[in-house]
Amino acid sequence: MTLPTRDDLIDLVYHEAQLIDEGRFDEWLELWGADSYYWMPLDYQQDNPKNMTSLMYEDAFLRKLRVERLKGLRTFSQKPKSRCSHVLNRPSIEAFDPKAGQFITRTAVHYVETRLDDQFLLAATVHHHFEMVEDELKIKLKRVDLLNCDAAFGNIQLFI
Amino acid sequence: MTMKYKDNPQAVADLVRPAEVHRDLYIDDEVFDLEMKHLFASTWVYVGHESQVPNAGDYFATDVAAQPILLARHTDGEVYVLHNRCPHKGTKIVIDRSGNTGKFFRCPYHAWSFRTNGKLLAIPLKKGYKDTGFEQSEAGQSGLPPVGAVKNYRGFIFVRMKQEGISFEDFFGGSLSSLDNMVDRSPVGKLEVAGPPLRYMHHCNWKMLVDNQTDTCHPMVAHESSAGTAVQIWESIEKDENTKTPMAMEVIAPFMSPYEFFEDMGIRTWPNGHGHTGVHHSIHSDYSAIPGYLEMMVEAYGEERAKAILGENRHNTVYFPNIMIKGPIQQLRVFIPLAANKTLVESYIFRLVDAPDMLLERTAMYNRLINAPTSIVGHDDLEMYERAQEGLQSQELEWVNVQRLYDADEDLEVEAVENGTTERQMRNQFHAWKKFTVESMEAEARDLTDA
Repeated sequence: MTLPTRDDLIDLVYHEAQLIDEGRFDEWLELWGADSYYWMPLDYQQDNPKNMTSLMYEDAFLRKLRVERLKGLRTFSQKPKSRCSHVLNRPSIEAFDPKAGQFITRTAVHYVETRLDDQFLLAATVHHHFEMVEDELKIKLKRVDLLNCDAAFGNIQLFI
Repeated sequence: MTMKYKDNPQAVADLVRPAEVHRDLYIDDEVFDLEMKHLFASTWVYVGHESQVPNAGDYFATDVAAQPILLARHTDGEVYVLHNRCPHKGTKIVIDRSGNTGKFFRCPYHAWSFRTNGKLLAIPLKKGYKDTGFEQSEAGQSGLPPVGAVKNYRGFIFVRMKQEGISFEDFFGGSLSSLDNMVDRSPVGKLEVAGPPLRYMHHCNWKMLVDNQTDTCHPMVAHESSAGTAVQIWESIEKDENTKTPMAMEVIAPFMSPYEFFEDMGIRTWPNGHGHTGVHHSIHSDYSAIPGYLEMMVEAYGEERAKAILGENRHNTVYFPNIMIKGPIQQLRVFIPLAANKTLVESYIFRLVDAPDMLLERTAMYNRLINAPTSIVGHDDLEMYERAQEGLQSQELEWVNVQRLYDADEDLEVEAVENGTTERQMRNQFHAWKKFTVESMEAEARDLTDA
């Protein structure tokens, strides 16, 4: 079995952010394992995505729905489209355990999203959990903890 | 600035016609101030749920009628609703959203302290007020003043800011059946707030959100991009007889139901601005049964009553002026007015005590898929509201139309059930808006004359 290197994990974190920033969402969907989740908790240090509200907790179906919707002609909140920019601190490796199949990175992120005359900045700590699927590194869980998760937001329309 | 509406109840009354309302209801700052002072002060406004303050000393802070308010559990077990304002210099006593204050509140500025029922407890160096007439002053007498009236209805706490006015029972009447149904869905008749609310800032007037709760002609249009795309993706996936429809599809797909579905679901209105969609069925009707739940309900209520409770599928119930509940999924949304063009929406979910966790899971999913600032359904709703807020700046057209299925003989002072695409409930809200705002303005004018 092929094993990832520590650099492979870090490279994938940067690559993922680049695909989002460049709007290459179909390629972005390919980065994920079959039973994988994009999770953005609502509560500070939330430990359960299901028994209280999250901002996002999206499986493959819901991620695909978001991406397909962005292409639609009647996607009114995306006429005109939003754009975004990620600034990533170098990811640190939180777990690297090939035997257990556990690969986790932690990345400090500043995220800027803009549409029309509005632009906003969010700070987040992102944990990527990876898994090897047929010799390919895939995302199993991406957890995005917003620094101001308890604030009132306007629309956040793309992926952090 | 000349005042167009202040002290002029007739000018305010003229803003609401039977089937159209003036744009100033949505964009005028003076009208907004009058709404806060009169409408929100003389009606029963939702503040919070008792499960947010379970123990003595617990508090929860919010805004009602654009004023700082706190809810506190006192040692006698009662929930008190107080003005969050030190009688001394005005400092807010509680500055975080919730917590436990122990046996008393203590102002962080000069350490005046208050019992959790609002009564003044102590003032440091009090001898400095000796022989000053302090006892006769507002500060010396008021403590943290209570609001005009409080009602804890099955755990839901409502207030009337004014001392005098319509009773809770008269104000809500038959509409309380929706709250009853939500609570009855727990086998022990009890709800608990589950986690923090979604907080979503809207740059639009609060009434746009309230109007939209019973607007059944927008889902298949505004939400085509989310619900329609979901249906398309699901149809394109190969399935066999073992394929289970995912919970997310059950939640989102009904938004694409055709007009006939919404026409047939029906709308019921009650006097004083309350009403609900989904009399006969709703977008919540076809959710999968949760294993074990019906049995628990039958055990608790008996079969007939349990089936009657679960057979109600009311969609959105508006409690005028500014909340909406979804009984079948235990969700409550508060539309908190901050300015004529700014509204904070908080979406709460509740756990049915002693019911299966899977119900809460579905409710949490609904909340995040439909009502989050990150929700692809919410995005398009907000887009419509903010476009309307901007469009209403046009001075060429003055009126917003709510005429769908209007009848000149319409009587909004009686309960009625009508075609589910009627805008009767919107008219009902404006009728109540006018009644409570203008009555309060006239009462104030009389008081001034008497004085």
